Amino acid sequence: MGTSKIKKHAEQQANPMNLEEIELEEQEAISPWKDTFKRLRKNRFAIIGFTIILFFILLGLLAPVLSSYTYEEQNLANRLHPPSEEYWLGADHIGRDIFTRIAYGARVSLQVGFFAVTGALVFGTLLGILAGYFGRWIDMLISRIFDILLAFPSILLAIAIVAILGPSLENALIAIAIVNIPIFGRLVRSKVISLREEEYIMAAKAQGMKSGRILFHHILPNSIAPIIVQATLSFGTAILEAAALGFLGLGVQPPTPEWGQMLADSRDFIQLAPWTLFAPGISIMLVVLGFNLIGDGLRDALDPKMKH
Amino acid sequence: MRFKFSLLFALLISVVLVLAACSGDGSQSSNDDTSSTDNGEETTNDSSTSEEETSEEPTEATGDQVLVFARGGDSQGLDPGSVTDGESSRVTKQVLETLLDFEADSFEIKPGLAHDWEVSDDGLSYTFYLEEGVTFHDGTEFNAEAVKVNFDRWADPEHEYAFSDAAYVYSMYGTMFGGYKGDEGHVVEEVNVINDHEIEFVLNQPLGFFLQNLAMSYFAITSPAALEEYGSGINENPVGTGPFKFASWTKNDSIVLEKFEDYRKEGLPKLDRVIFQVIPDNSARLIALRSGEVDIMDGLNPDDAAGIESEEGIGLYTRSENNFGYVGFHSQKAPFDQKEVRQAINYAIDKQAIADALYAGYATTSKNPLPPGYLGYNDDVEGYNYNPERARELLEEAGYVDDLEIELMMSPTARPYMPDPETVAQIVQNNLADVGVDVTITSHEWAPYLEMTEQGEHQMYIMGWSGTNGDPDYFLSSLLHSSNIGSSNNTFYNSPEVDELLDQAKRSVDQDERAELYAEAQALISEDSPMVTLVHSTPVLAAGSGVLNYVPHPSTSESLEEVELAQ
Amino acid sequence: MLIPVLLGMTIITFSIVHLIPGNPAQVILGEAATAEAIADLEESMGLNEPYWVQYGIYFMDLLQGDLGTSLRSKAEISSEIWPHLAATIELTIFAMIFAIVIGVNAGIISAWKQNSWFDFLAMIIALVGVSMPVFWLALMEQWIFAQELGWLPAYGRQDSRDPIAAITQFYVLDSLIHLDFERAFTILKHLVLPAIALGTIPMAIIARMTRSSMLEVMKSDYIRTIRAKGGSQFLVIYKHALKNAIIPILTVIGLQTGVLLGGAILTETIFSWPGIGRYVYEAISFRDYPVIQSGILVIAFIFVMVNLIVDIMYKIIDPRIKY
Repeated sequence: MGTSKIKKHAEQQANPMNLEEIELEEQEAISPWKDTFKRLRKNRFAIIGFTIILFFILLGLLAPVLSSYTYEEQNLANRLHPPSEEYWLGADHIGRDIFTRIAYGARVSLQVGFFAVTGALVFGTLLGILAGYFGRWIDMLISRIFDILLAFPSILLAIAIVAILGPSLENALIAIAIVNIPIFGRLVRSKVISLREEEYIMAAKAQGMKSGRILFHHILPNSIAPIIVQATLSFGTAILEAAALGFLGLGVQPPTPEWGQMLADSRDFIQLAPWTLFAPGISIMLVVLGFNLIGDGLRDALDPKMKH
Repeated sequence: MRFKFSLLFALLISVVLVLAACSGDGSQSSNDDTSSTDNGEETTNDSSTSEEETSEEPTEATGDQVLVFARGGDSQGLDPGSVTDGESSRVTKQVLETLLDFEADSFEIKPGLAHDWEVSDDGLSYTFYLEEGVTFHDGTEFNAEAVKVNFDRWADPEHEYAFSDAAYVYSMYGTMFGGYKGDEGHVVEEVNVINDHEIEFVLNQPLGFFLQNLAMSYFAITSPAALEEYGSGINENPVGTGPFKFASWTKNDSIVLEKFEDYRKEGLPKLDRVIFQVIPDNSARLIALRSGEVDIMDGLNPDDAAGIESEEGIGLYTRSENNFGYVGFHSQKAPFDQKEVRQAINYAIDKQAIADALYAGYATTSKNPLPPGYLGYNDDVEGYNYNPERARELLEEAGYVDDLEIELMMSPTARPYMPDPETVAQIVQNNLADVGVDVTITSHEWAPYLEMTEQGEHQMYIMGWSGTNGDPDYFLSSLLHSSNIGSSNNTFYNSPEVDELLDQAKRSVDQDERAELYAEAQALISEDSPMVTLVHSTPVLAAGSGVLNYVPHPSTSESLEEVELAQ
Repeated sequence: MLIPVLLGMTIITFSIVHLIPGNPAQVILGEAATAEAIADLEESMGLNEPYWVQYGIYFMDLLQGDLGTSLRSKAEISSEIWPHLAATIELTIFAMIFAIVIGVNAGIISAWKQNSWFDFLAMIIALVGVSMPVFWLALMEQWIFAQELGWLPAYGRQDSRDPIAAITQFYVLDSLIHLDFERAFTILKHLVLPAIALGTIPMAIIARMTRSSMLEVMKSDYIRTIRAKGGSQFLVIYKHALKNAIIPILTVIGLQTGVLLGGAILTETIFSWPGIGRYVYEAISFRDYPVIQSGILVIAFIFVMVNLIVDIMYKIIDPRIKY
């Protein structure tokens, strides 16, 4: 978002708000998004990313339709069955259909990604705004907490949090959210600090506008672009982290299928039935790739001048 | 530009150096610490110096017999009395010796450091005649006094070598001998040194498995001089009389043992060096065996075993059954306070399917909470063969038709009796669904899991038990005697009849009488069905075909003194 | 700034450890533990003291450079931790070398040959690399190169039959000190697979960052002039590009050291690498409180220090950057 636009914004905000003004502001806010979409549509990689994610969303949603098995259905006689017409991607060590488990696993992974990122985003943004807007000791305290959290390797911290809460999908999700809070927090904080000094905010303050209003009407909307980019990229990271926790046996409760855990289960059979490891690994990689592609595309589209 | 180019590398190197320097500080100060507190020399440093002398030779002398034993986890400590894990005793078994010993492939007693022994008729006095001319690795002499020092150390937390303040606890001693000095149940009244090579144990009540206990690797004799020298560092510097002496230990990686030239048995050991290598990953361990990087691998995945049987250059070994895995009930909590429900679940679980699927046939289904071949094993017990119809009937009798919901607790940590509890849980879940019981699995980490099951927070749980001294008491009393509720009896099974039988058997020294009592107890237990005994597993190992005379022991610790490598 | 962070870290590690359910005494004694034995062991491990007393003891010990004693092995952590740490640092360094050498070169060539098949391929690989689940990559490497092809060892740091007489615990360095080049080669061979697994993500990041910064460089008048002149411009640009690559490399080192040190848990588990990640992870499952505390603290400390150094480096290279 260029500075000229922000200034225009500021001029508007200098006047007392009325309904018309708000509508006008909304329209103003929509047009840059249109540009963004246009640019995004032209980005071939981003389109691929969207396609991949759409594929997995559909796979997850349609899992019951696509497969005649259920994810927990065992057939011990067919354990470690190689891929065939009967089992498209083979069967695992207790004779469950891997394709079915991958499909249901898509639900789990996307859910984890979504909720973990949402959690991190909400709390990170709140803390970041508090720190950035109020400054002084609040900033001091929150920033130090971020520093401390960031000083711990994320996986290790996530493992420790899951160890405290007990292994389950919800707790893995909470752990990943906590680990990602400072990433959003710092981003928002720096954005807020840079905006805080802008003329229009100063003007609003001078007019006696309430902090809350300034924050949510002016500062937050202007920080949204980098947050969206970060959220998309974090979506991928969160899925990777969840898979790592699952791989270490700290994720879902059996028999719920989770890709990381499927890898851990199949690990001992790498010599006898390597195919049991292909699908879960490739699925994780593709989904993360998908989000990375979208994230890159969004970044370029939202701010064509910004180069990574 | 050239300057900038080199700057890049200078930067890289400085980062490396700073990394090294800032962490180097930590280890530096620790060195000072260890030497000043006299906590025994720092192992890694110690080992590197001791190795420097020796490591030059083996590389040059090509005829050296070096055996690499690959295993899944590291030892906790090398002081046998203060550890309880199999990975520790596997190593201490080579370094230290016990008064009595087990036969190579069973729990039959044979002489160890004591060549003969006598038991009084009342079963209260045991006299041992010790081998003469035996020296510890540090050159000091092995004698009756040394034996006494070791037993006193385990029994008395106040003993100067008990190292209580360094968190040494001799829990195996407490378990096997009924407690410690001053405790009510402690059976060892006194240990008397009669002369240098004769020692007498006086008990205050008979103990049916006293001799068995003395052969356990946990009660191996450490050199008193070493206890004095290393103090609480003894668990990183074991000094015994065994065929191999300790050389070095790189934590989480390898333990190196060297041949003890003055070993009491002529011509033994045959190997010059034994290296215990930690390789946690099952498939990496097998790859290492195939490529010849290691000679013996423990914990072979049963599914891989079938393939290996036909493979040239690799031999397959099994340990005799010495354990069992089970699904336990909380027998004092609804719905499992009803015998019918417990029996119904027992009928509903397909044990054979579990044995086939999880152990690839390297397991037998079990009907008693005791491995076959144990004293008093009751083969006449009918057990509960897979019978879903009967299960439904029993559930109906108990008042449940398709509306029973149960939580099954488990921990995915692999144990010797069960390589993959998570899969077992899922098969059980599936089996029970067939008879209309809805099972929810909750998976926990090992540490909280142990605590939760002990405190009875479970309805149904998955666990197992491994033998250590080859005596049925260690299985039946620990798991099912009411006095162990709150510790190892996690089914909260409380049967006065069974308690009485087990108590009698424990006090009797007549082994035939004991056998009968245990057999009777098993029949009662089977009827009450406090647990679904699943399988006795036969752990599978593999070794390169060059490895000769290797005999795996059911206890998981075997002496490698006879083992040699074909040239 | 550093002091409060470090202080905060000790409080967090301490709290983490004491919030984790499960009793170390119980785990050490296993299934067969009696209630008395557990109580005895708790007592002697000092677990009965109130938390603030335990924290006080822990903190005072830390000030004296004492990292405590492992509950499980009863050994001084400060002596136990160094070999583990050295193993991980060695692995991390080689992973970084791999990442930098491959990443920078791929990035430069990609930019130079923008839109060529090489560029396309390299960027696809980089994209996939950034998205790679490291543990899966490690398993696949192990399967292909150790199991199927038998080219490289599947576990550990060295040939177990002939362990090195370690001096610094950096085995490559140690074998060079011993002038034992054959051994150094064996040790390097053990490093290849885990270093590639660990280095793939930073490699991909570096490649992408180098490429985009290179593209900027190529637009500069200076390079345009050279390009217009034709001739052996590649080398000139290459050198110029290397200078520009320092910033992305530093950034990645700063960001990824923590990820590598901690994330090595998975790689270390799969390749049986006796590193700090596994040390701490095993301590968590054994509830070995002092090891968890000190292990996490040491890792975090290194991470903070590396970032401090990286920040200083930024300033040296480009005084305009402000922090």
